[in-house]
Amino acid sequence: MTLRRAVFIAGIVVLCAWTLVPIYLIGLGAVGGRTVVNSWPKPFLPPADLSFATMREFLDIAGVWSSALYSVEAAVLCMAFSILLGVPAGYALARFVFAGATAYRLLVLLTRAFPVAILALPLTVGFIRLGLYDTPLGVSLMHTALALPFAVLVSASLFQAVPRELEEAAWVFGCSPPGAFLRVVLPLALPGIAATAIFAFVISWNEVFAASVLTVRHKTLTAYLLSVLSESPLHVQFAGGLVLIIPSVLFIFLVRKGLFSMWGIANR
Amino acid sequence: MNARFVPYLLIAPSLAFLAVLFFVPLVQTIALAFQADGASSAANFVRMARDLNFTDAVVNTFEIVVIVVPLQLLLALAMAMMLQHVRGGRDIVLWIWSIPLGISDLAAGLVWLAILTDKGYLNTVLLRLGVLSGPQSWLSYETPATLFAAIVVAELWRATAIVLVILVAGVQLIPKEYGEAADVFGATPWQRFTRVTLPLLRPSIQTALILRTVLAFEMFAIVLSIGGRNFPVLVSEAFNWQYNQQDFGVAAAYAMIVMGVSLAATMIYLWVLRTPAAQR
Amino acid sequence: MAEIVIDNVTKTFGSFVALTRVDLHVADGEFLALLGPSGCGKTTLLRIIAGLETQSSGNVKIGGRDVSALPPRKRGLAMVFQNYAVFPHMTVRENVGFGLRMGGADAARIERQTARVAALLHIEPNLDRYPAQLSGGQRQRVAVARALAIEPAVLLMDEPLSNLDALLRLEMRAELKSVLREAGTTTIYVTHDQTEAMGLADRIAVLHAGRIQQVGPPAEVYASPATTFVGGFVGSPPMNFLTLPVENGRVRLGALTLMSPRGSEGQIVLGIRPEDLAPAEAAEGFAFTLRVAEPLGSHIMLTGDTAGGQRLRVMVPPETPVHVGATMHLRPRRGRMVWMDPASGAAIGRREAGNLGTEAAGS
Repeated sequence: MTLRRAVFIAGIVVLCAWTLVPIYLIGLGAVGGRTVVNSWPKPFLPPADLSFATMREFLDIAGVWSSALYSVEAAVLCMAFSILLGVPAGYALARFVFAGATAYRLLVLLTRAFPVAILALPLTVGFIRLGLYDTPLGVSLMHTALALPFAVLVSASLFQAVPRELEEAAWVFGCSPPGAFLRVVLPLALPGIAATAIFAFVISWNEVFAASVLTVRHKTLTAYLLSVLSESPLHVQFAGGLVLIIPSVLFIFLVRKGLFSMWGIANR
Repeated sequence: MNARFVPYLLIAPSLAFLAVLFFVPLVQTIALAFQADGASSAANFVRMARDLNFTDAVVNTFEIVVIVVPLQLLLALAMAMMLQHVRGGRDIVLWIWSIPLGISDLAAGLVWLAILTDKGYLNTVLLRLGVLSGPQSWLSYETPATLFAAIVVAELWRATAIVLVILVAGVQLIPKEYGEAADVFGATPWQRFTRVTLPLLRPSIQTALILRTVLAFEMFAIVLSIGGRNFPVLVSEAFNWQYNQQDFGVAAAYAMIVMGVSLAATMIYLWVLRTPAAQR
Repeated sequence: MAEIVIDNVTKTFGSFVALTRVDLHVADGEFLALLGPSGCGKTTLLRIIAGLETQSSGNVKIGGRDVSALPPRKRGLAMVFQNYAVFPHMTVRENVGFGLRMGGADAARIERQTARVAALLHIEPNLDRYPAQLSGGQRQRVAVARALAIEPAVLLMDEPLSNLDALLRLEMRAELKSVLREAGTTTIYVTHDQTEAMGLADRIAVLHAGRIQQVGPPAEVYASPATTFVGGFVGSPPMNFLTLPVENGRVRLGALTLMSPRGSEGQIVLGIRPEDLAPAEAAEGFAFTLRVAEPLGSHIMLTGDTAGGQRLRVMVPPETPVHVGATMHLRPRRGRMVWMDPASGAAIGRREAGNLGTEAAGS
């Protein structure tokens, strides 16, 4: 083991610790409860009487459970909409050469370059009129606008990676075009599409600005936490942070293989 | 017969959706910003500019972006290159380094709040090292410099993964023969990085910078959770005017500023980091 | 001096053994082809010589110097990659001069060398263009120019012609041969195309499953293969192999009786190339039932069975009368037969050890 290699490995370890330790610490704060949070100096190890009392207390606070459920609702809807709208468009871009394809692709890309959440501002008025204000459905629509470009471009690349000849073979042997899509193309692209769906979920779950603007009484978890930032005790805030983090970390673990092939493809 | 229309049918739903939820609000925002009392005027912008927090918001936002984005690019480049040389467990390392991708900016703010708060973990370490004698406030109104540094660190922690993932994907796209050719023909590892890898990474760097800069100008929850109202930025002010003051016009004016700088930055990146057609 | 000595090199990837105890000696200025099917380890061997892979054991010496532990840039070589690896973000001129620039040559020398190799490879008009604007064949020339510009001690080529279309491949092969002959650089050339190896090399090393089966000049590898693999791989169509019984030290082949080169009992394999079988009278040859006749212009390719049911291919002049389904007789040309051991596939004696005698059937 040369010195160079040792320094290199040390660097990797430091960077991993840099990522993981803060999460560990907020976990400590969340699980340790009032006693840990208010203690000084802070302990770096979990207390002997490790309790999930704080977490339970946190979840008991009026509004936390329900806001978490609203978050899930909005995220699931966002996932569904992104896939339903994005996958067909991706297929069109991958398989057909048509006038306006480049314009469409550019347009979709352009929405990524805009601060989309800002558009929640004028949408407030429209949503109020349509009865979508202060609903998870309304929030999910805004989130879908955030996730849609991603879904379109990634599914386009996924379908492009499935050789056209496979579909053509299916046609020759008696399948209709939709049938061939369902039987041949979709199963092959499914892992990538699943990864895209999960990423859309995470985008919605984490989004703060639009969710805060578009909700009053039916807040999603992020909006709720933001609104009680200044008022609630620290340990409650930490518990909230942890609840926000855990599902996302889990999901990123699930899609990690798909994530990188996705980004690799979407970069073209 | 109707095969010609199929692609248009397929893209129609998404197009309609974006029209309603993106283009229409976009136009509305522009209208809202440039109107007051039913007539087109710049009143909203005037009110925005006269507000106490306006200058601070603009300066703060730009300061953060100008410092954080280049730092993240360098850090992510270094991490991407290090990843090339990791032999076993590359998957795990990449997963760990990309965990922040899934972390909300609000959660990230809370995480660093836990560390940097008066009775937080940083102070505990400093106490144990003998640097401090008691709890020290880093995030208060009286300590703007450390508050700024705290936000920079938190943003660095949270958002470097975005740049990293794009760069790693870009590096993987570079056929390894180019690096090998450089090796065979005499390039040192540093020369290989600067003469071959970096130029071929230019499209990825461009994408990463555009995405990251636009997101940076939108920074919101991380600032609120760490600094409260002590560190105004453009989007937090927009939120404030919209939600608390119920003044949709000024909020829209702020939105225009954010859009304007994002667009300008995108144009600059597209121009400066373009790949000439001859090289593609 | 730029001779290469590969000494007892073994390479494993996990549990997969890519190369087993490879010994090879390449003389200064020699053109050696590494020939073999995909997966035989030839590219791995080349990359070990280049320093792009590290051998599991053994060492590599270039010009008497042990380079086994040196990184590629310190070995004094140049390489032409299968996909050319011509840098897309540099002009042709910058590409060609890359090795010289990395080596710290002064501007005048870079200019001189670039002009010289550009003239040699006929790429002068393209010097200020980018690779994306060139065809595959032109990019290939740039890759070769880049390699020759540094006047390397050793030139390594990894299937450089395999991505060109057939006609271009033929032209480039001839051009490459003349350019490299003039340069006189020690060259190691990897290919799976045995025509290429035969046409270009001073010596061919045939590899199979990580081992060298034979090293020798093309004519020798062709006429005297060391194993059935070499006989079957070199030459198109491949060599015929007939498994024949040995009785009392003699091998019967139809009306022919041949001396067995070894042993008096058992079995033996006779190797004979399709062009070395000629139609003959029944009393002078063996029976052959014709199944398929393919007129290929310069000759007719006959495929059929011997009396014992073994498949055989024969090349006959285009005017030969052929009758599909009929039985004709063939005789092997003197001095062109190769005997092989049926168990190991190894050649016996490497020279025809039998006398061609004819005995009238029944006597």
